[in-house]
Amino acid sequence: MRKTKSIALGIALAVGTFSATGAMAATTLENVKEKGHLQCGVTSGLPGFSQPDEKGNWTGIDVDTCRAVAAAIFGDANAVEFTPLTAKERFTALQSGEIDMLSRNTTWTLTRDASLGLNFAGVNYYDGQGFLINKGIGVDDATQLDGATICIQAGTTTELNLSDYFRAKGMEFKPIVFDTSEQTVQGFAAGRCDVLTSDRSQLAALRSKLSDPSSAKILPNTISKEPLGPVVRQGDDQWFNIVKWVLSVQINAEELGVTSANADDMLKSDNPNIQRLLGTDGDMGAKLGLPDDFGYQAVKLVGNYGEMYDRNVGPDTPLGLDRGINALWTEGGIMYAPPVR
Amino acid sequence: MKKQTIDTRPAGPKPWYDPRVRSLFFQAIAIALVFWGGWILVDNTLSNMESRGISTGFGFLGETAGFGIIMNLVPYDATMSYGRTFWVGLTNTLLVSAMGVVAATILGFIIGVARLSSNWLVAKMALVYIEVIRNIPLLLQIFFWYFAVLSNLPSPRQSVDVGGALFLNNRGLYLPDPVTQEGFGIVWGGILLAIAAVVGIRIWAKKRQLATGQIFPTFKVGVAILVLVPIISYLVAGRPLEWDLPALRGFNFGGGITIIPELAALWIALSLYTASFIAEIVRSGILSVSKGQTEASKALGLPNGLTLRLVVIPQAMRVIIPPLTSQYLNLVKNSSLATAIGYPDLVAVFMGTTLNQTGQAVEVVAITMAVYLTISLLISLFMNIYNRAVAIKER
Repeated sequence: MRKTKSIALGIALAVGTFSATGAMAATTLENVKEKGHLQCGVTSGLPGFSQPDEKGNWTGIDVDTCRAVAAAIFGDANAVEFTPLTAKERFTALQSGEIDMLSRNTTWTLTRDASLGLNFAGVNYYDGQGFLINKGIGVDDATQLDGATICIQAGTTTELNLSDYFRAKGMEFKPIVFDTSEQTVQGFAAGRCDVLTSDRSQLAALRSKLSDPSSAKILPNTISKEPLGPVVRQGDDQWFNIVKWVLSVQINAEELGVTSANADDMLKSDNPNIQRLLGTDGDMGAKLGLPDDFGYQAVKLVGNYGEMYDRNVGPDTPLGLDRGINALWTEGGIMYAPPVR
Repeated sequence: MKKQTIDTRPAGPKPWYDPRVRSLFFQAIAIALVFWGGWILVDNTLSNMESRGISTGFGFLGETAGFGIIMNLVPYDATMSYGRTFWVGLTNTLLVSAMGVVAATILGFIIGVARLSSNWLVAKMALVYIEVIRNIPLLLQIFFWYFAVLSNLPSPRQSVDVGGALFLNNRGLYLPDPVTQEGFGIVWGGILLAIAAVVGIRIWAKKRQLATGQIFPTFKVGVAILVLVPIISYLVAGRPLEWDLPALRGFNFGGGITIIPELAALWIALSLYTASFIAEIVRSGILSVSKGQTEASKALGLPNGLTLRLVVIPQAMRVIIPPLTSQYLNLVKNSSLATAIGYPDLVAVFMGTTLNQTGQAVEVVAITMAVYLTISLLISLFMNIYNRAVAIKER
């Protein structure tokens, strides 16, 4: 039961912090190494981002972000256990120490960064909020949605953006707030609402879940900025750096043309940037408390950012999303990582 | 001269052998430990949350909420505070709970009595109802009513239209909203007058029955007065009431009063589910009244209905009320399943969206738990008072 779980998490937070005096002494990295696996919070099922298949194997760009961290620490991309979380549960799960990192298409905002005791360790997908509408209502722009009934998932920035957008336009709407994205789609499919709103990347996936996808269409409007990325607890800078730099290494790897297929050949590269990235030169890993070949392991076992994108959400996947602003800065996008040196 | 004092009291045991002192001592230690444990828990939580940079305190209640809620009994819009979202959620919880308690009680009593009916078909139908409903998890029943039944109603444009005033579709039931005009005070006066008259007649009828044994048809006359007097005063005042009719505006209905399907599904499911338990409680209560009471009442010539109403039910109530209280408490707490179908109750609005937007889990969960505790204790209190009123008075 959702309620029971939230309460349990609340109590876990209270009791967890109660006994935290002892646990705080060990760093997250030490804890993860001792457990032998990384505990990673993901969605309960969102195609392209994190979703289990029928055998229980998780796939998605958020899942790969976790796997890359595991590969960097253990040299094993499968040393991860996933905790499916609803939007409402995610921050409490991270705060209480139930998970080591949260990679659950979570929007980076000031309030979340500053008041939840969390740190955002970068952006693995630049998103924006859009609308999926039932074609029957005959609307082709969001400004015509006055009076619409709108299905939303609880506990997301979407709820606030929606309210702001309608208020700014002087329009009214009726929100129907569901707990999970499955229920939100079910509500939309059942005709309870005219519009479903969510991040644009999700709309395509949610539309594909409808029994008749052609009955719905995505409006051209984008009403918000949604930079999505991995999150860690505040107060453990080493762990924060690890998650931040594993993601940066993957983005840099794409820029330098290092892929999972050619990583072994690249070990012989003369390019000092690639040498530092793969750990054949310098002690970049040691500075983070990781093996020096952490970059090699992450890229070799999981892939660079472009591979991660293409495999999970790119044009050849059911989601079929173009790189758009998520292309590298050298290719007209805004995906840019600080240098490994 | 030596002064001699003689202590006549028997020499008591030394304090540490005195059982009263001992028990006081250990009780004091136990209380001290409980308070110390509680203080450590609170203090540690607060200081650890501070060291982790998690906001604490109740200041967030004054901040602007900035999200919409579909149903509000107290005025609300997105520019109001998180504190206001608490009241919106609370009133929505209280509404569905109160509606559920009333419906479940009425239905439960009817089915409980039907279960004992001498009519084979009626008794078996009640049995089937009870066994089916109480053995299916409540959450599934809520989903059934919401997704399987109410979602299959027609879309707004194909609404079921009753006389252009009442519309039913998958967005809800739309009713005309009465708007009182000038002079409606006369109608209120009429209503108050009717109520006073009915109370007066009841007292008079009881006195007369005690004095002369003649029975006055209080119920029929009462209903007639309650219906006729307000209608007459309404006509006299020149029909001071206009109706705000719901109408299709854009792709949804506007105006009038809306009963959203989330409320309807939750109410139906909670009422039916709790009624099946109440029915069994009512049955046990009736069966606890010895058969001799019924036979004595029949011997006096009372018909079946009066036997039930005057002899059996009052005695059965003593057995019924304590477990009935538990069912009411269950119903209120079960109403938090609202969050599964998007009904904006306290858990969905306050412990859902508000908790998530502010991130202050400890405060929000504590407030929510305190509210459910308070509601439950109040229900217990009132039911205990009622229980005392119907319990056997030993003189």
